[in-house]
Amino acid sequence: MIARLTDGVPRRALILLGLLLAALLVAPLVVDAYVLSILILILYFAYTGQAWNVMMGFAGQLSLGHSLYVGVAAYTAAALYVHFGLGPWAGVWLAILISMAFGLVIGFLAFRFGIGGVYFALLTIAFAEFTRVGFDHFTWVNGSGGFFLPVTQSEDNDPFNLRGDPVMFYYLLLAITALAFLLCRWLLTGRIGYYWLAIREEPEAAQTLGINVFRCKMIAVAISAGMTALSGVFFAFYYNNLFPEQIFSMSRSIELILGPIIGGVGSLFGPILGAFVLTVLAETVTELMHALGYDIPGIKQVFYGICLGAVVLYLPNGIWPPLRKRLGLGDRS
Amino acid sequence: MTRKLTRRQFAAGTAASAALLAGSAPFNIVRAQGAKLKIGSIHPRSGFQAQLGIACQRGIDIAPRVLKMMGMGADIEIMSADTESNVDVARSRAEKLINDGANVLIGAFDSGQSAAIAQVAEQKGVPYIINVAAAPQITEQGYKFVFRNFPTAPMLVGDGLNLMKGVFEKSGITPKTAVFMHVNDTFGQAMAGAIKAMAPRFNLPFQIVETIAYDPQAKDLSVEIAKAKATGAEMLMPVTRLNDAILMVREMVKQRWEPKIVMSPGAPGFYENQFYKTLGKFSNYLLTNVPWYNPRSPITQKLLDEFTKSYKGELFELNVGFSFEAVMIAVDSFTRAKSTGGKELADAIRQTRIENHVMAGGVLQFNEKGQNVNVKSVTLQNLDQRPKVVLPLDISEDNLTLPMPGWSKR
Amino acid sequence: MPPELVATVALQGILTGLVYGLMALGLSVIFGVVRVVNFAHGEMMTIASYAAIVAFGAWNIDPLLSMVPIAMLLFALGYVMQSVLINPFINRPEHSQFILLAAVAIVMVNGLLMIFGPDARNVLVDYSLDSIEIGPLLVDKVRVITAGMAILITAALFAFFRLSHTGKAIRACADNHLGALVIGLNVKHLYALTFGIGSAIVGAAGAMMTLLIDTTPNIGPVFTLQAFVIVIVGGLGSMPGALLGGVLIGLSEAMSGLFFAPSAKTMFGVAILILVLLFRPQGLLGRRP
Repeated sequence: MIARLTDGVPRRALILLGLLLAALLVAPLVVDAYVLSILILILYFAYTGQAWNVMMGFAGQLSLGHSLYVGVAAYTAAALYVHFGLGPWAGVWLAILISMAFGLVIGFLAFRFGIGGVYFALLTIAFAEFTRVGFDHFTWVNGSGGFFLPVTQSEDNDPFNLRGDPVMFYYLLLAITALAFLLCRWLLTGRIGYYWLAIREEPEAAQTLGINVFRCKMIAVAISAGMTALSGVFFAFYYNNLFPEQIFSMSRSIELILGPIIGGVGSLFGPILGAFVLTVLAETVTELMHALGYDIPGIKQVFYGICLGAVVLYLPNGIWPPLRKRLGLGDRS
Repeated sequence: MTRKLTRRQFAAGTAASAALLAGSAPFNIVRAQGAKLKIGSIHPRSGFQAQLGIACQRGIDIAPRVLKMMGMGADIEIMSADTESNVDVARSRAEKLINDGANVLIGAFDSGQSAAIAQVAEQKGVPYIINVAAAPQITEQGYKFVFRNFPTAPMLVGDGLNLMKGVFEKSGITPKTAVFMHVNDTFGQAMAGAIKAMAPRFNLPFQIVETIAYDPQAKDLSVEIAKAKATGAEMLMPVTRLNDAILMVREMVKQRWEPKIVMSPGAPGFYENQFYKTLGKFSNYLLTNVPWYNPRSPITQKLLDEFTKSYKGELFELNVGFSFEAVMIAVDSFTRAKSTGGKELADAIRQTRIENHVMAGGVLQFNEKGQNVNVKSVTLQNLDQRPKVVLPLDISEDNLTLPMPGWSKR
Repeated sequence: MPPELVATVALQGILTGLVYGLMALGLSVIFGVVRVVNFAHGEMMTIASYAAIVAFGAWNIDPLLSMVPIAMLLFALGYVMQSVLINPFINRPEHSQFILLAAVAIVMVNGLLMIFGPDARNVLVDYSLDSIEIGPLLVDKVRVITAGMAILITAALFAFFRLSHTGKAIRACADNHLGALVIGLNVKHLYALTFGIGSAIVGAAGAMMTLLIDTTPNIGPVFTLQAFVIVIVGGLGSMPGALLGGVLIGLSEAMSGLFFAPSAKTMFGVAILILVLLFRPQGLLGRRP
């Protein structure tokens, strides 16, 4: 079963992956606090992008409302912690379940009624918006007033309650990102992975071949929503305050999926590379504008938007697929 | 994976990294005495809060000049960052500012972004002065390095309701019924919560007959005003932002709803430049109870002059005033601490006692939670299309004019 | 609840809905033919609004007049956007188109922020705050005018697509892409033309919108979303559907605001959208794709 993860992967790829992991493991010891905070953002977007990719990249269902899963999970874990004193390690399971439930309901409705393509994408936006306004009125978690987690001031990290300094959060994220990577590899090389591929490329043919398309899509939605839940729980405990306007917003959903699309939809390493490229790009542009003395609000985003457009224009499949070809790393990584 | 890391190990790690990357990383741990004070200003200058973040930044930008004129000239440098109205960016920009050597942070207008910055500041032991943000939770977290020179929502409401009674007494007009309309965002809901909790204690003469909450992204308030008008209430008590305040008044004119009093218990909107430009004569006579600059203070006059010179056509309002004061607090503490060390600066800020400053209220000082408890609201009335202090009387600029004349009689 | 109140609110809801319907119509026309969802729709409208504000500020031109040149300007913008930027994406997957247009939207929003600054701008004509009395009802004059214009423009567009040669050719493209190529239609040009027409409509709507609301650079995304809701309810690609969707959403939001919480009224609009997507995904007046 474990062997399946490495079967057919060129040795070079394994070595490069190992080197990358090693670099990320020692990074907190060498980089400063600012770079660390950027690394956390990169991993956060890499992980969430990976989760989204299961639905879009693997099973071909475009979701533009993933902030929904981040949000409900974040609120679930935070509410359990604040109202019942239940720590994140216990709360995360319920958060995952609730997120999956949301995903399954949306998936059930959409796939039962045969909604696909653009219509499915717009349905996901609609549900996220619906939930956003709903949470604005959800007084148990303080509605639009914002939900704050108590911050404890202690010298030591408390990993059981996820209270502590950024280094702890960094390693936590690194762990779940690495696990997500392995999980996705495992899924892709398993039967479900091939079913998804068939559904993504030729839904009708998949149906005639006897694949239970509905069930496979539902599995993809459930896994994607469940994985995304973790990033919500992380968000809640890292930032310690939640606002519906922020966490459920459409721009948040867009932010989450830029990485995997730029990196390469459907590839395993794409979301990670995409998150890295975009976060570094955003920071570099900010610094560049600053260094050049252009302190005009908006100029950074204009530049960022142009870069984004250029990437999709010239690299239709994202950055990673052409890059891995050049690196000679095969075509399924 | 989540091995226990202590702060000490973390510090050792970063120190090692600093050594490794010496030259390339702009990591500043040397905080020599008598050094320059680097102030990191961090505000939402793009994104949906751009308008307000830019107003705050103006207050920061002119501060060094004005302080110098006042003889408070210290060696300071302002480093500015943009949160893009986004909490992720707020956090990483705060880290960047501290890394680039900021000794004190000032920001951030928005409660969510302020809360994110507060955590970074606390972890790094860099004092953080919040200029504007009202969510009470921020100063209830037990932070040692976080200070707020702005009232919390309950403070705003307490002052606002008290001043209302003053207005009724002064004008002799006491409404029996009121409609409470509020924007349903972070600020609006904090204010609504405070009003709900506190109104019974204030023994208000009027009854709130209807509470109407509306979406912050509302593009049209016709339903809301129709509903409010139908109650026949004598007073409208709105908690708004800017754009919805304009929509609200415009809709009141169109629907010819003329309550005797329109008085905000402590919210932006009515006193902003854009409001006057857009509504002209219809902006007059509206009231706002809000923390405001003390027009009689000599420092305010200096600041006002400089502001008018630097930003033609812009209005000097509370965001500018509080932002300026934040710089003033930082410089004052720096002068006393004679150090740029985080702990020394925080201790000095905690002992701040500034008698003469810009905003109305008592001595500028912080309680043990880092909250300025002496900020006081004033009653502003829009007269001649600009905000004028009408209460308290000792700093008033003009006379209270009530009841509000009808829209068609202007 | 007094009946005049309900009637006033309902009428206002319908009038507002018609204007929003016009705004959404552009999106619908483009999707109906080019099959691309324009995620920069609201942002293009904001550009038009700023153009109207500039025209009013500089030469005191009423937006109801300036909307003609602004519609032409937006037509040019749309034509160029389609032929240069979007055309290579016609056969690309949806997420690819989505990112391209999202990038365009980012550039537009922040470009406007750079040029015009963050302050809200508006146009104040002398009838801005007038109301018309109809029996016991009091109706906003600007809304009546803009709603009337919305119906006129939609009717004109409908006539164009039904009667003119070019309109028929565009419809042929929409119905049968391959067939259109076979009979020698210049599909690329027709697509760009359609995108231009859709943009012109949103340009007209944006100019009129300055009479109703204040414009800030960030207002675009809200309208993009609103346009989606309306066109899906009415039927993506259907012209009368867009107006019907607008009216339905406008009316339901007004009524839910009156009878329930105004702050939750967008929830009702979205709820209608979800129901329509589930039970009649082609929209009320749309055809099954």
